[in-house]
Amino acid sequence: MSIAITTQIICFTVLSLVILIGALGVVLLESIVYSAFLLGGVFMSVAGLYLLLNASFVAAAQVLVYVGAVNVLIIFAIMLVNKKEDLKPINDIKSRRIISTSICLTLLSLLIRVDLTNVWNLSSPQNSIGEESTIRIGEHLFSDYLLPFEVASVLLLMAMIGAIVLARRDVMSKDISTGLPVDQELIEKSSEPLLTNKN
Amino acid sequence: MEYGLDLEYSFNEFLKGFGLSSEIAHIIWLPLPMLLVLVAAVVGVLVTVWLERKISAAAQQRIGPEYAGALGVLQPIADGLKLLVKEDIIPAKADGILFTAGPILVLVPVILSWLIVPFGQNLLISNVGIGIFLWIALSSIQPIGLLMSGYASNNKYSLLGGLRAAAQSISYEIPLALSVLAIVLMTNSLSTIDIVNQQSGAGILSWNIWRQPVGFIVFWICALAECERLPFDLPEAEEELVAGYQTEYAGMKFALFYLGSYINLILSALLVSILYLGGWGFPIPVELIAKFLNLPINAPFIQVFTASIGIVMTVLKAYLLVFIAILLRWTTPRVRIDQLLDLGWKFLLPISLANLLITAGLKLAFPQFFGG
Repeated sequence: MSIAITTQIICFTVLSLVILIGALGVVLLESIVYSAFLLGGVFMSVAGLYLLLNASFVAAAQVLVYVGAVNVLIIFAIMLVNKKEDLKPINDIKSRRIISTSICLTLLSLLIRVDLTNVWNLSSPQNSIGEESTIRIGEHLFSDYLLPFEVASVLLLMAMIGAIVLARRDVMSKDISTGLPVDQELIEKSSEPLLTNKN
Repeated sequence: MEYGLDLEYSFNEFLKGFGLSSEIAHIIWLPLPMLLVLVAAVVGVLVTVWLERKISAAAQQRIGPEYAGALGVLQPIADGLKLLVKEDIIPAKADGILFTAGPILVLVPVILSWLIVPFGQNLLISNVGIGIFLWIALSSIQPIGLLMSGYASNNKYSLLGGLRAAAQSISYEIPLALSVLAIVLMTNSLSTIDIVNQQSGAGILSWNIWRQPVGFIVFWICALAECERLPFDLPEAEEELVAGYQTEYAGMKFALFYLGSYINLILSALLVSILYLGGWGFPIPVELIAKFLNLPINAPFIQVFTASIGIVMTVLKAYLLVFIAILLRWTTPRVRIDQLLDLGWKFLLPISLANLLITAGLKLAFPQFFGG
């Protein structure tokens, strides 16, 4: 066995273990902060898997989008609303856990079945495109995947407008969720600079 | 254009001369450039710390470090030694694991980014195809480390500092990436080697700074903000937040932050010089000089000479920018957080978008000047 293949196997094992343990930790840990940081670790290891598959552009994009944007925003949100409150214990927690576990196991078995039955079209290492993949991805985004690409950007725009509407409640007179008139007192108004008052 | 020293090839050939297989030779070769770059980065930090102390002293009409070595050149080493032997304190109510992992997460991406910094045609660790994009992706990991250490310190100043650092870094990453995109558009490649080669046609006249003046200014402002240098050092604004996310840190963990921020400053200066100031290029093309002196460009002597000029030029340009950054630190007041976010989102972002659009238009109109 050559050194390259050994390295690859070691990397793959370590990355898979990190992904599995990290993902379990995200779900099972009590502390939401630990879960969020572990999620970042899982995203990074997935990027590592992409690197092993010679898809360096996808790996970097994964780091930039998922770790640098999604995960940072999740952690940011958690820390901004980091309130210590005692949550009420849920009565039928046991049955809920059983139901969610069974649903997850069903999904897992479905995925395993797909994995086993599908005939994977594996390309040999000789025809892998490697570094050229950046150009190929660009070509696809502007030809046959143009519509999904643009629709995704419209989706993001909608999410952005929604976030602005939720954050700036002064644009609406009624609260969206309750229907009551908005308490304008609570909204921060831009205050005049201190110096102008002194004249 | 494929000339220049190929140290890896020569080294491997040298080892094969002793009867080693090419695989073993490659494995022996691999850590060498990494170690070299790591040492270069740390030495660069020591020089920058000394410069910072001396230049800030000069800006304030003081003498600065004077007794540790000639002109105080040993002062940064003394600082480093002091931090090394200090007690490592974890506050009682802090979160030990996250508290330790935070500084590491801040430092490691910065050092990894040195992978793509070229000092010559073949003088870099790895000419990866995604090149400059790797740096953009890696620098987006840093805010997680800052948030982590801010949270784990269990201190309101630390938490505020961490949150500010993350907000600042997210807002300035976008104009930064957009101005890099304009360069990539002109180069048709993400590789830092190609970016420098594209600027090497006519010496100083073909540097990107003349074709991308707006991009250069936007990039430099954003790079300063990413490094948390004054006027953008809000995350550690000492008058408001004690020291921001570093407040509770001592000893080597603090040193990691310190090292990280200075390595990041040097890295940003290096990248500005690579993207806009012609990288390792001499103001007058070396080929022209060689032709003028009637010397063959591929002669070993000329090769070594070109490589050393390349390293000197890269470092010189980078340190000129570091000098400007230090001067800026002592001459500009700190911006407020709302001014910072306004500048990022309402000014730099539209300007860099317009710059990208104009670059694309100019590329179509004048392909010979703006890369075809």
